Amino acid sequence: MRWLAFTKRTAKEIILDPLTIAFGLGMPVALLLLLSAINSGIPEGYGPSNFKIENLTPGINVFAMSFLTLMAGLLLAKDRGSSLLQRLLTTPLTAVDYIIGYMVPLIPIALLQGVVCYGFALILGLSFTANIFLAILISMIPALLFTSLGLLLGTILNEKQVGGICGALVTNLTAWLSGAWFSLDMVGGAFKTIGQILPFYHAVEMQKAILHGNYSGIFIEGHLWVVLGYTVVLCVLAVVLFTSKMREK
Amino acid sequence: MTEIKLSSLTKRYKDITAVDSLSLEIEKGELFGLLGVNGAGKTTTIKMLSTLTAPTSGDAEIAGFSILGDKQKIRERIAISPQETAVAENLTARENLKMMAGIYGMDKDAAEKKIVELRDALSLGKVMDKRLKKLSGGYKRRVSIAMALINSPSVLFLDEPTLGLDVIARAELWEAIKAIKGELTIILTTHYLEEAQEMCDRLAVMKDGKLITVGTADEIMKEADVDDFEAAFVKLVKEGRS
Repeated sequence: MRWLAFTKRTAKEIILDPLTIAFGLGMPVALLLLLSAINSGIPEGYGPSNFKIENLTPGINVFAMSFLTLMAGLLLAKDRGSSLLQRLLTTPLTAVDYIIGYMVPLIPIALLQGVVCYGFALILGLSFTANIFLAILISMIPALLFTSLGLLLGTILNEKQVGGICGALVTNLTAWLSGAWFSLDMVGGAFKTIGQILPFYHAVEMQKAILHGNYSGIFIEGHLWVVLGYTVVLCVLAVVLFTSKMREK
Repeated sequence: MTEIKLSSLTKRYKDITAVDSLSLEIEKGELFGLLGVNGAGKTTTIKMLSTLTAPTSGDAEIAGFSILGDKQKIRERIAISPQETAVAENLTARENLKMMAGIYGMDKDAAEKKIVELRDALSLGKVMDKRLKKLSGGYKRRVSIAMALINSPSVLFLDEPTLGLDVIARAELWEAIKAIKGELTIILTTHYLEEAQEMCDRLAVMKDGKLITVGTADEIMKEADVDDFEAAFVKLVKEGRS
């Protein structure tokens, strides 16, 4: 249970950084409001179906989770730059303890993102069904994916680089290539192919399927397996790279 | 009884030899000073002994365990207070100490008892519930040492413990180190020769990664044939004797 002591400390660090949490929670709410307002101005039968609240919410929720990459990456990169980690590396903590310690405190944040996102969507007209709870639950898989990606980047990049790559690149890639704003079919070609190779689109489609009660839909195009595969690979890579960095120290 | 034994310990970074075939023995309970100008290899030696970096060749044993093969066993027995203040700045002194106690797997009662003991030994009573980022450099350094002592290590590495502190904070910290002296083996690096002379049981002088001399302050002065320890240090380092 050594990881628990480290987890508590990480959780406190996250709580003491309310700006990042506010971004992670506030951004999806603002986007839901904006895109719903745009959608309300489009006559029925015209415009993209993506902006309908039942299609928009899973996309926005996945987009919000890209901020977990930023949070996890910044935490680890900041620690790597401090001598606190140097001290901790001389303790019996293992690489897995560290990764768990960084990952676990972000799970409640991801849950909160789901609750806020779907809660707000209900206010904006989403029909209440038990599928909302299932959608939030299954969103924990992409939450782990984004957290693992953050830990991977935080292991190899410094704080400034993490800010740039996670804050700009990952969030934008998630927004464009997940099909959250516009269908990948609208652009087609290489854009669609790249979108389908990356996990973001599958994370959104998986959540959409659950929300619409189409449970077997999570297996269409291998949505679940792609997201799970990326999550496992990124998590293992984060542990391996962190161990290697520890040895370098 | 020998607590630490270095056998031809060497660390090379590309074409630079930071520590060159260092061999020496440190007794249990000794306060041992590693002296040398910047770049002498003191911090690299401490990093190797504390398992932070692997040696290029050679080995060292701490309490009979090799730094090459028994890292985990060594990590359970040692603690380090690095050159920079290694604390979680956003947490209070108490939270920092609790975190370290948890990492070493101490139960709640044992942790509480040890925290009270360290609070008193290092005069931290006034600042226990204040966030570290609000404390002075001297207090942060004392908390850093308290964190290193939480698991009652048998070996403590203090890398430049008084670096950047004002005269008063430095004097207070030396008092704190005096208070724990004898209870465990301490290896410290410092640039303050007068204090090293007064505090340390034995001293080693390093230059360009090599050991120039080792002994008590009196033995080192005798070897350099001068009456002043600082003069002896300067003379030995300039001559680069080995």
